[in-house]
Amino acid sequence: MKVLAVASAGGHWIQLLRLTKAFEGNEIIYISTKMGFKTMVGDNEYHIIQDSNRKNKLGLLKTFMQVIKLVKSIKPSIIITTGAAPGLMCIVAGRILGIKTVWVDSIANVEELSMSGKIASKIAHIIYTQWPELATGKIKYRGSILS
Amino acid sequence: MIFITIGTQEPFDRLIKAMDEIAGLYKNKEFVAQVSNTNYVSNNLKTVEFLEPAEFEKLFNEAELIVSHAGMGSIISALTKRKPILVVPRLMKYREHRNEHQLATAKKMEQLGYIRVAYDTDELKDKVMEILKLEAVEPLRNLGNYASVELLESLRLDAINVK
Repeated sequence: MKVLAVASAGGHWIQLLRLTKAFEGNEIIYISTKMGFKTMVGDNEYHIIQDSNRKNKLGLLKTFMQVIKLVKSIKPSIIITTGAAPGLMCIVAGRILGIKTVWVDSIANVEELSMSGKIASKIAHIIYTQWPELATGKIKYRGSILS
Repeated sequence: MIFITIGTQEPFDRLIKAMDEIAGLYKNKEFVAQVSNTNYVSNNLKTVEFLEPAEFEKLFNEAELIVSHAGMGSIISALTKRKPILVVPRLMKYREHRNEHQLATAKKMEQLGYIRVAYDTDELKDKVMEILKLEAVEPLRNLGNYASVELLESLRLDAINVK
């Protein structure tokens, strides 16, 4: 099975790398926003996409086109992301292409889900928070990246 | 060596300026700061821009203390490398972040006993001086390299259950 693991640079990426042990034995393909991160994923396939945020609407659109193309060509069985905007785009792309999608909201969001997480909670098949206080029926809490 | 990191986003000159002043008090100690898009010119810090993972890791490993913004990337990196970390949250009122989540993260992680926090630059100075007086600074907690077993198991089942 192909697992597509996505996160933007910084804390999102560091958290993602603590999760992918769950998919050991499968082919894991990574997407992030910094070229240098290739060195952090060993022999796994790695793709870079342009980083973007809500401030730059055209940038968002460009990244989204890039994401759709990439997800289409990779054809993963499942997409997992810790955010932020590029991760949300992969969730949307996954949904359009009929792929199972999992959102793990960043542990940095202790009082409420992130903006992207709130949107993802309406789109992703499965959504996790890393804080028990934020769990609801749909939003699951099953521990965190701290261990 | 003290390593100061502000993550990959916006500048955080309030922290850099405060650490520059503190570094001036310790002429025999090296202070290295990772900065981005800054206008502030440091007198006492050795500054570097965005670092490749290997360079970042080298500085992290050499540091006796990490001073950073309240980003989870920096916090997790410090705790897995068994480095003591002192965190200063970016605040919305100074336009250092678009929301107040670093303050909430810092409070929560401090309350759970993972990190030391300074909520303003006066407290930062006091805490750095207090820490550097110690013979050896220990991290408050250590982390392994992976998420909790429960979360990994739940994700593993999510993948198995793909129809």
